[in-house]
Amino acid sequence: MSAPVETLRPDGTDAQALPVAMAEARILGLPASVWPRILAPLVIGVVVLALWEFAVRWNGIPSYVLPGPILVGQTLVADWGTLSGSLWVTLKITFMALAAAIVVGVTLAVLFSQSKWLEMALLPYAVILQVTPIVAIAPLIIIWANDIDLSLLICAWIVAFFPILSNTILGLNSADHNLVNLFELYGASRWQTMRYLKLPAALPYFLAGLKISGGLALIGAVVAEFVAGTGGSASGLAYRILEAGYQLKIPRVFAALVMISLSGIAIFLATSLVSYLLLHRWHESAIRREN
Amino acid sequence: MDTAYLSTPPGKESAGTPLVAVRHVSKRFANGTLAVRDVDLELGAGQFISLLGPSGCGKSTLLRMIAGLGAPSSGTITWPGETGEAQGSAGHGARDLGFVFQDPTLMPWASALANVMLPLKLKGVARAEAEARAAEMLALVGLKGFETSYPRELSGGMKMRVSIARALVMRPKILLMDEPFAALDEITRHRLNDDLLALWERERFTAVFVTHSVFESVYLSQRIVVMAARPGRVMADLSVDAAYPRDELFRTSGEYARLCRVASTKLKEAIGR
Repeated sequence: MSAPVETLRPDGTDAQALPVAMAEARILGLPASVWPRILAPLVIGVVVLALWEFAVRWNGIPSYVLPGPILVGQTLVADWGTLSGSLWVTLKITFMALAAAIVVGVTLAVLFSQSKWLEMALLPYAVILQVTPIVAIAPLIIIWANDIDLSLLICAWIVAFFPILSNTILGLNSADHNLVNLFELYGASRWQTMRYLKLPAALPYFLAGLKISGGLALIGAVVAEFVAGTGGSASGLAYRILEAGYQLKIPRVFAALVMISLSGIAIFLATSLVSYLLLHRWHESAIRREN
Repeated sequence: MDTAYLSTPPGKESAGTPLVAVRHVSKRFANGTLAVRDVDLELGAGQFISLLGPSGCGKSTLLRMIAGLGAPSSGTITWPGETGEAQGSAGHGARDLGFVFQDPTLMPWASALANVMLPLKLKGVARAEAEARAAEMLALVGLKGFETSYPRELSGGMKMRVSIARALVMRPKILLMDEPFAALDEITRHRLNDDLLALWERERFTAVFVTHSVFESVYLSQRIVVMAARPGRVMADLSVDAAYPRDELFRTSGEYARLCRVASTKLKEAIGR
């Protein structure tokens, strides 16, 4: 009775523009092109460490001035018991500060995107918090908070939260204007526009902020510990560095420094991985191009 | 088999109440530019209408006002067929319309299927039903098998098909298109023109198509509204009396060439050279 259903051609000229998956040779389970990125910095590292060790031995530099990398490694193993406990204390503050930075940063950004008045009124204070050197206000915070862990947390949070706030604000305002119009056409509520349009559009920006804040949270935690100094009850890595410095146990200072650096690298890799997992299917920054 | 209607231009028989009535509409932007001046237009139900004109003639602005994006500075746009309460909340989801932008305007983080599902999701349609309807619509625009593809994995023409599927998934009475194929190559554009016509003959929505191409407007439409710039205004209202379905044969016919010449002359008069 009715006209036959029109079948449109599914494989037209424009259907052939699909990306072709290229098979790449793999070495030990990793694509061949990945290995130089792992090996090149590794080789540089080994060469520099060897030169360092050689220079220390050749010149007979005493270990309380500059220990060689082998001695640092030995100290790391020997003092692992004390140092790993301190590492845990520092990391705990770092992660709690980062979590607080994410919660407060994203919440404020969402509130600001809903009310220009709120943004105008509060953003300057966020900037003031950001530009004031944490070392300068840490003593005040320690006095006011009256709890060393809490004051360390506040200091690390102050350092870490601004990149998340400012990046997320930028992201929320970067949603495609036509898509905003489309949501308006379909009568989307504020919540729907936020949930289905603005938050996904802000995700790449938020993740860029997270990468910066991850490192900053660690720095904030260590700096705050330094300010709190040996007077407090804290026993983080910075405390160990101060303590070892007073006792001229320089290899231990280096061992603690190595742990801080490795933690920073691990945090960076973790945030990069999260970013990759969330974006690699759709965002330009995660797409590999042939040319 | 009732294929007879295909040879009668649809819309002719429904010349009664127009779907949309544009009355003395003008639009002046905040910077003082008069984008649209005193436009009077009736859009008949089921018609395929093109708004043809040079850039800056206000055709896109007019289309957006019909959609409810931006109110006219003066004049009214009414939907005579609609009930009182729908009239009151103009432009806030009350309208039964689909809109296709010049860019595909897809959400890059969502698959083709999720993009087409968006209008249904915003209206609170249950997920299973929304998925089924979106998949059906994708198949209708020729993208069966691409449901899980992300926009970046699709070509320009395919992205535009997803955009059209999204605009049609609510089965709207009217489909508004703002130079949708302007950025595509000639071959892809011809295919999409053909497929759009097939969809229109099947679904019988009212189509309003903004373009600056004389050839595209003549090929597609029953009626061409020619506009001129500075200020944007309607200069001529042509009817294209060629029968549907139109296909490659029509595109290469003498009649098509003659109609294009007429429209082209009118457009030249409109822009004053």
